[in-house]
Amino acid sequence: MSASAAPGTPEAFDCRVAFAEELATTARADPRIVVVCNDSIGSSNLAPFSREFPDRTVNVGIAEQDMVGVAAGLANGGYVPFVCGAAAFLSGRALEQIKNDLAYSGYHAILCGMSPGLAYGELGPTHHSIEDIAWLRAVSDLTVVVPADPEETRGAVRWAIEAEGPVFLRISRFRVPPVTPPGARFEAGKATELRRGRDLTILASGTMVHRALEAAALLAQRGLEARVLNLSTVKPLDVEALVRAAVETGRILTVEESIATGGLGGAVAEVVCQRHPVPMRILGAPHFAPTGDSAFLFEYFGLTGTGIARAALELLGRGAP
Amino acid sequence: MDIENKYAEDGTAPPPLAFALGPNLAAEVASAEPARRAELLARIAAEVRATIVRTVGGARFGHIGGDLSVADVLTTLYFGVLRVRPEDPAWPDRDRLVLSKGHCAAALYAVLSLARFFPVEALERFVQPLSPLSGHPNRRKVPGVEANTGALGHGLPFGVGCAVAARLAASDRRVFVILGDGELQEGSNWEAAMAAGHQGLGNLTAVVDRNGLQQGARTEATNRLEPLADKWRAFGWEVADVNGHDTRALLEVFSRPHDGRPRCVIAHTVKGKGVSFIEDRVEWHHKAPTPAQVAQALAELGR
Repeated sequence: MSASAAPGTPEAFDCRVAFAEELATTARADPRIVVVCNDSIGSSNLAPFSREFPDRTVNVGIAEQDMVGVAAGLANGGYVPFVCGAAAFLSGRALEQIKNDLAYSGYHAILCGMSPGLAYGELGPTHHSIEDIAWLRAVSDLTVVVPADPEETRGAVRWAIEAEGPVFLRISRFRVPPVTPPGARFEAGKATELRRGRDLTILASGTMVHRALEAAALLAQRGLEARVLNLSTVKPLDVEALVRAAVETGRILTVEESIATGGLGGAVAEVVCQRHPVPMRILGAPHFAPTGDSAFLFEYFGLTGTGIARAALELLGRGAP
Repeated sequence: MDIENKYAEDGTAPPPLAFALGPNLAAEVASAEPARRAELLARIAAEVRATIVRTVGGARFGHIGGDLSVADVLTTLYFGVLRVRPEDPAWPDRDRLVLSKGHCAAALYAVLSLARFFPVEALERFVQPLSPLSGHPNRRKVPGVEANTGALGHGLPFGVGCAVAARLAASDRRVFVILGDGELQEGSNWEAAMAAGHQGLGNLTAVVDRNGLQQGARTEATNRLEPLADKWRAFGWEVADVNGHDTRALLEVFSRPHDGRPRCVIAHTVKGKGVSFIEDRVEWHHKAPTPAQVAQALAELGR
């Protein structure tokens, strides 16, 4: 598999590393924290945690339904489980356990969907997790967070420990440049404005946020000022920021590393069409990915700075760049 | 967790707060001479069955066949085995009881109310609009419920987590999971069985309500479970076959120390036990008796 298709700047970092470091740091001070995983010690970057806390690492083997049920049972005993597995299998295989054992039962656990979206490139659609946001967004009482960079990942981990009910954290393996302003405190349900603009708003989450900023820079060369919002909490949405964007910029483009139906774009559209309808464009993967590494797939689906800028120009009726 | 508060939260009138406390049945069993305990439990089980019949008959809704088959198991556990505090249902060191066959909620509610987790009068609102007592149990509404079961194959993984938590906390609390036999066709049970065997969870007991019937037909005609004991043994469990209506045998097996392995108790039962026209009949899986049938059933139960 391709290691990464990230923009290759020397300052790029892997969110999984930040996640694992933050988890171990908080676990040293908080004995409630345990890890439940599905033979994913390596792929979830949990080797240091499991060495330091062998008793607090519950590896149930390749059994995602059991993994989530066990986590709910641990939460029943007062523990705070971090449930770590590849996002595709955690969200798909254990969806009913997430719904019933955690969300409906009201148990607090942090579901860590590792290597989501198109991260597994050549491994193909069985391993891609483009449906997770759409599936999980439909589950009541579940918070869905898609951090954009390592700093936001750390903040989201710290916040999630004290959250109520279950949380889904989508932890990317791509190396991404930092986009979170230094010292910013993670606040669930709040969009972060990363660039001001009045011509349209680009709403992005996760690995698409820095690409949205690239697109905004390209648009600026053509005299167009795009507002860029990092919508890291997909559920619940920052409704006020969305409505403000619709009112003030009149055009909304959403960008996500997931299926273009029912995910971030769908969530935003639900708000926009009911509160302040404006023309929208939803950029994501419209269907299963063809064969190719992640870099190719991002190009193929137009999920690059250039591709996002092109979609923005179409939305503005300006034609191709 | 307080049932009165939850009624209020739903915007409906609370049930009567004055709850005439009946006898503390668990305390009575505990203080009886050991030889008399099983007999007392059998008498309580008869009351549980009558309560189930009244509740399901009154609501015209319920899974009465499975409710009646599991009545002796639930009664023995709640009034003879479990260390729980009805006045403090969230007590951290309580024993955990998970009813994985959540469709038999009426049986669980009957036992919880007789055990004084909430007023028996609340049963009159079983499955009524906005009642906390849904057709499957909801722990956010009903004190004493540990997990929102109903989708099958969820209780055993949850119970494994409870057992691991008890071990991590160095607590001697125990975990009991009650499974339907048809439910064992769900693969998630065997994921959990494998993990429990591997982990050597000697604080975990799975009780299979082996009544031989599932929704549409006999288990063995649908997707064969036998040899069931061998399956559990192969996953690293100790297995005990008992008569699931014999409170003496149930009390003995639930009180026996573990040998370091999880234990599966295969409780051989009759679906609909105690009511002649319901016993061992597949059509009574999800069906409510008419008022005349309720009267006949209560007469057969000596009420």
